[in-house]
This record gives sequence, C-alpha cells and structure tokens, in this order.
Amino acid sequence: MGKRIGMEVAIAAAEAVALCRIDMAAVYPITPQSHIAEHLSDIVHNGQIDAEFLTVESEHSAMSACVGASAAGARVYTATSSQGLILMHEILPIASAMRLPIVMGVCNRAVSGPLNIWNDHSDIMHVRECGWIQLFAENGQEVIDMTIQAFKMAEHPEVMLPALVNIDGFQLTHMIEPMEMPSQEEVDKFLPERKPFAYLHPDKPVSMGCFNMPDIFMETMKAKDMALRNSKKTIIKVWKDWAEIFGREYQPVETYKMKDAEVAIVTMGSMGETASVAVDEMRKAKMKVGLVKIKLWRPFPEEEFKAAVKGCKTIAIMDRAVSFGGVNGPVAAEIKSLFYHEQERPKIVDFIMGLGGRDVRVEDFISMAERAKKKKEDTFEFLGVRE
Amino acid sequence: MEQKKWPETWREVTPGCIVFTPGSASTYKTGSWRAQKPVWDNSKCIKCGICYIFCPEACIHEDKNGYFYADLDYCKGCGICAHECWPQAIKMMEEEV
Repeated sequence: MGKRIGMEVAIAAAEAVALCRIDMAAVYPITPQSHIAEHLSDIVHNGQIDAEFLTVESEHSAMSACVGASAAGARVYTATSSQGLILMHEILPIASAMRLPIVMGVCNRAVSGPLNIWNDHSDIMHVRECGWIQLFAENGQEVIDMTIQAFKMAEHPEVMLPALVNIDGFQLTHMIEPMEMPSQEEVDKFLPERKPFAYLHPDKPVSMGCFNMPDIFMETMKAKDMALRNSKKTIIKVWKDWAEIFGREYQPVETYKMKDAEVAIVTMGSMGETASVAVDEMRKAKMKVGLVKIKLWRPFPEEEFKAAVKGCKTIAIMDRAVSFGGVNGPVAAEIKSLFYHEQERPKIVDFIMGLGGRDVRVEDFISMAERAKKKKEDTFEFLGVRE
Repeated sequence: MEQKKWPETWREVTPGCIVFTPGSASTYKTGSWRAQKPVWDNSKCIKCGICYIFCPEACIHEDKNGYFYADLDYCKGCGICAHECWPQAIKMMEEEV
C-alpha cells in the first residue's frame, strides 16, 4: 500500500521518478525545477537507485544525452523550466521523431524577457508542436501519478513517444502537500521493464535519426502525427490500469459541476483548484457555472472536450500564455478550431490571465465568468491588467 | 527485423525511421535535388583525377579507359568538379526533364 506523506511537490516528483527505476537522468538545474534536479541527484548518489546522473553543461546537452541514452535502450528522465525548455527546443522534435520514450517534468515558468521566474504557461506553448505527449498536473498527487503514468504511456509499444508532465512552477513545485506515495511493489506491478522496439547495440546494428529527402519527409511527418493522435487510446487505457491499482481516476478532460452549466470555465494545471472554489461560490449564488480541466494537451482530446461542454452556451477560457500578434491565446485557438464546423457553437471568450506569477484569485474567476456571460460575441482580452 | 525496401506510403515508415539494414545508405538514391549535371569532354581530359578527389559525394568514378564520370543517382550537381577541373573538361549542363 502507498504511504500518506506531507512533502514538497518537487521532492515528491523526484521520489516518483526513483520508483520508476530509471537508468539515467540528465538534468540541468533551473528555477523552479531545481529541487527535482537536486533531490534526484541525492537519490542516485546515495545509492538509493541504480542509475546514472549526468551533470550536463546545459539543457541542450541534457536533452541530447537523454536522446542518446534512450536510443541505447535506457529508461530516461529529465526536468526543466522556461529558458531551459527553450534551449532544449532544438532536440525535442528529434526525440519524438526518433520515437524515444523520454519522460520530462516541465516546471512551468514565464519566458524572459523581462526576466521573470514565476509561473505561467508560456514555456510549454513555445514547444507545443514538438510531437510529445503533454499532460497537465493540477496538484501534488497528480504530479506523482502522472510522472509514473508518463513512463508507461511513453514506452507502450503502441505509442513509443516522449511524454512530458506540466507542473506549475512554485504553485506546485514548491508547495508542501498531503499526498499518497505509491510503494515500490505497486509501481513495479503497474510499470513493466522497458522493452525497446530497437536500440543501439554493436551486435545488432541499426541506424537511427536518418536523413529524409523531400520524397519521403511528408510521409514521415504523417506517420509521426498519426502516432501521437493514436496514442490517446493507450493513454486512456494506462489511466484505467492506474485506477484499478491505485483507485485514482484520470481523464483527458475532467469536469466539475458541468451538469446544466451555461458557462464553462476552462483551465489547465494548478488553477483548476482555485477555479473549482469559484464554481462552488457561483453555484451558491445560483449561477449555472461549471469547470472543464484539460489534463491531456497533446494529443488534444477533441471528442472528450466537445462532450465536456455539450449544451453549454459560453466557454470562458483561461489562457496563461500570449501568442504575440495572434488572433487569441493558444488554448482558445485550439478550441475555436475545434468548434468551427459545428452548426451550434458556443460563444468562446478568451482571457489572458495569471502571466508571470500574477495571482489569480477566486474573485478573478467569478468576474471572468460574469464578464463572459454578458458578452455578445467571441472576444479576446487581458483580464486584470491595469489600463 | 529486415528492411525490405524504402517506404512508399506513410504506413510503411518504420517507427523513428529506424534503418535495420546497416550499410544500406547507398540504396537510397539522393540525386533528385540536382538542377545541373556535370558533362565531361574527354578530348580535354588529362585523367588527373582531381574531380574524383574533390567530389564531396564520392560519386565520381573512373571508367576502364581512365576517364571519369558521375553516378547521377547521387550527384547533387554542386559543380565542384567543374570548378576544380584544370583543363576545363567538365561543363555543368541543364538537365532535360
């Protein structure tokens, strides 16, 4: 049985990685991910697990080392934030194109400049198109669970793609929360040993990361896109396996008080907790408001999202990144394109909120839902910005 | 797992484009991006082999009479052979499509 613990979430993430019996971690420390790097280093160097911890000189090297080790058949983990993720960017699509099941924790932080170390989702939106499975954790328990689940999803023979878990910087990484830490036996039961499709070995030579001419590149990209789209089936199956062993259920899109809701607030990550309190308050005041939380960002759960907001008149989206000069924020762009072909589409109101650690309170969600309800058409605005 | 042939459709692309037959790069024809091809005038050729040495694709070969020719399955039409040829025996010519 798992153990009830009170622990900082970043430390718990490192402990969860250790339970997955990784072979190698290449991590370069960066705020607010540093506690994962430090604690994972302690775990390896104290001999708690039999793994290599590579102290690389940059995040670009960290991801490159992960690609190499994963290609050699190892179970590999890394974690980063913001500038670090962007420095890795060059290697991220290579990891997915080579179908290497690397798992990464992304401790979401604003992207410079100006320099800001606090939480928003601008870092992950920069690497949205990299072909990785992308999960969003809402609380410490989900960080532990999704980190372990990510290995099983990524390594599954029907998937073979890298996976990352978004962990809101500070709001999750540095919080001490009550959580249940699974036991080694439970994790061993859930997560089998990695059986690579192919790996680098002198006895059985293969070539990986080969050159593609224009005559085959399109086919290769379609194969990669289909692999990521098809991974949704396996992701859902992995979550079912998880629920059977641990009793905690996961879905690509989670709803809260959505029955009869006229306004749906859409969040990703830790803000779902605050938003659910706001929904409770509004329900008390007889406002028909519900909450939709996107847990699986890539592959985007199209049917699940549509089902979650069915019958809803207004969708109020919390976007925590700016697509500078774009039509609206990245989450709204996704959802608008999802509903474009629908005869009766909901009104989609997009709010840029909580950038660079700007606090988003219960009252802010209430004012967001009230404003969205009053709108006559789709709009896009920064909420809570001083005019 | 054996590589039977290079993929035609997206469904035939191996996961990660892994190539299971080592040393098979020469079976992947890479000459299609060429716009011009090198043409030798053997009456000017002094058989020095500088074209053979400089070819970055290593696709220039010597025939049985000691003259040189490019294997157009791999030649990218870069023109280095024509540029380096001392007696100017090589001309880059537009390809007929």
